[in-house]
Amino acid sequence: MLQIKCPCCGPRDHDEFLYAGDASVSRPAHNDADFERWYRYVFVRENPAGAHREYWQHVMGCRQWLIVERNTVNHTILSVNFSREALA
Amino acid sequence: MHGYSVFSILRNGLSGQKHWPLAWRAPSPKSNYDVVIVGGGGHGLATAFYLAENHGIRNIAVIEKGYIGGGNVGRNTTIIRSNYLLDGHTQFFEFSLKLWEDLSRTLNYNVMFSQRGQLVAAHSPDQVDAFSHRANVMRLNGIDAEVLDRDEVRRMVPYFDYSETARFPIYGAHWQSRAGTARHDAVAWGYARAADAHGVDIIQNCEVTGFIRQGERIVGVETTRGQIGAGRVGLAVAGHTSMLGRKAGLELPIESHILQAFVTEPIKPIVHQVVAYGAGHCYVSQSDKGGLVFGGGLDGYNSYAQRGNLGTVRDVAEAAVALMPCISRLRILRHWGGVQDMTPDAAPIICPTPIDGLYLNGGWCYGGFKATPASGWCFAHTLATGSPHPLIAGYGLDRFRTGRTIDEFGAGPFAWLQ
Repeated sequence: MLQIKCPCCGPRDHDEFLYAGDASVSRPAHNDADFERWYRYVFVRENPAGAHREYWQHVMGCRQWLIVERNTVNHTILSVNFSREALA
Repeated sequence: MHGYSVFSILRNGLSGQKHWPLAWRAPSPKSNYDVVIVGGGGHGLATAFYLAENHGIRNIAVIEKGYIGGGNVGRNTTIIRSNYLLDGHTQFFEFSLKLWEDLSRTLNYNVMFSQRGQLVAAHSPDQVDAFSHRANVMRLNGIDAEVLDRDEVRRMVPYFDYSETARFPIYGAHWQSRAGTARHDAVAWGYARAADAHGVDIIQNCEVTGFIRQGERIVGVETTRGQIGAGRVGLAVAGHTSMLGRKAGLELPIESHILQAFVTEPIKPIVHQVVAYGAGHCYVSQSDKGGLVFGGGLDGYNSYAQRGNLGTVRDVAEAAVALMPCISRLRILRHWGGVQDMTPDAAPIICPTPIDGLYLNGGWCYGGFKATPASGWCFAHTLATGSPHPLIAGYGLDRFRTGRTIDEFGAGPFAWLQ
């Protein structure tokens, strides 16, 4: 089990959370007509072996969206922040 | 190569098993090869074998970071089947199954391919309809497929949960009698031995650290054992394709995820086929030693660790017991994980790349083992001719741009949901 220190609820098992993928990609604007940018947003991933910024939602707790920085090789969690603050 | 036969077994048995020749050499890398294949797993070794066997190209190196059979070819649940619905998959995996049927003879190596059949339980009338659709597609493609009703399933696998209280009652099943299992590491060893006999250099404990370029073209690889020049470079490193792709300058639609597999303590023969749960992720077969080998779904987050977490162990065990209540007291002896290349549509990527001289075989998701012979066959064709084999025409990297994905699961571009 991963243990994610939710900034609202404290340390919880990761199966209380919903994983939602790479948080380093940013969605193009709705009126952006550039095909390449949309292609990269939907499909292309850096997929690093090491630190990875990713979305988790605490669906069984506070329901807040978080950005977790986690090492994909040894599963160490480096930081957890509310996504609204990390993205602001 | 000394062929394996009943006579070689007798001869070596009578002489104390001391005179078996090594199955393959341990050569030092030469400075240049016609083709360098990165990755000595099943796919890389099969590619080398078919390049030599079908195309007469013998100046080949297979470069492996660890040892032969230490990656996903030795970590899967060994299931071989061709029950695919979508065009592209259906024909490719049936071609692979046909190669499996003759593989032990082709390689002069017993890969212990056992066509015990695969049964996937249907747990609602709608699922029976969906399985009928799938079976019809398969039969139109000349592949054996049947849909069984509840009584037929009960006669074949009496140990499923047929009680009134079953949460997901059995309505029927999808059955493919030519499906089965094989000894997974024998596949790596068999291809390695047969490729070596054609003169292929298998170089173990040698990691590729970069690529050598001449202008825009890739003309070799940098390794921990020096530079190796290559006419063409083929990547067959599923699980770590992103890492090598990045070194080559490829942007890839791939995430690495963990899939776990499990084996229980050995019991007397009970599971005579490959059986799968239709209401969740769980598939079970019984090894020759008696252990139940089973697997489930992905752990659900990006990972390069070759181990999984206990939440998934619980989920898979729950599904197994829901299907087969009689195994609830069995103990799990071992569980392990393998790193999968997950593509957005759960279909593989085998194609020439936009980089001259570089060819890609990856993105096998959780379905690479059964594809090993066809993947090697088609990737060898691609490397030899420079253009994709017709069977893999739909597995190009450009399908994500053109919208022609082969999304058998229909889960959207979210690797962790497949």
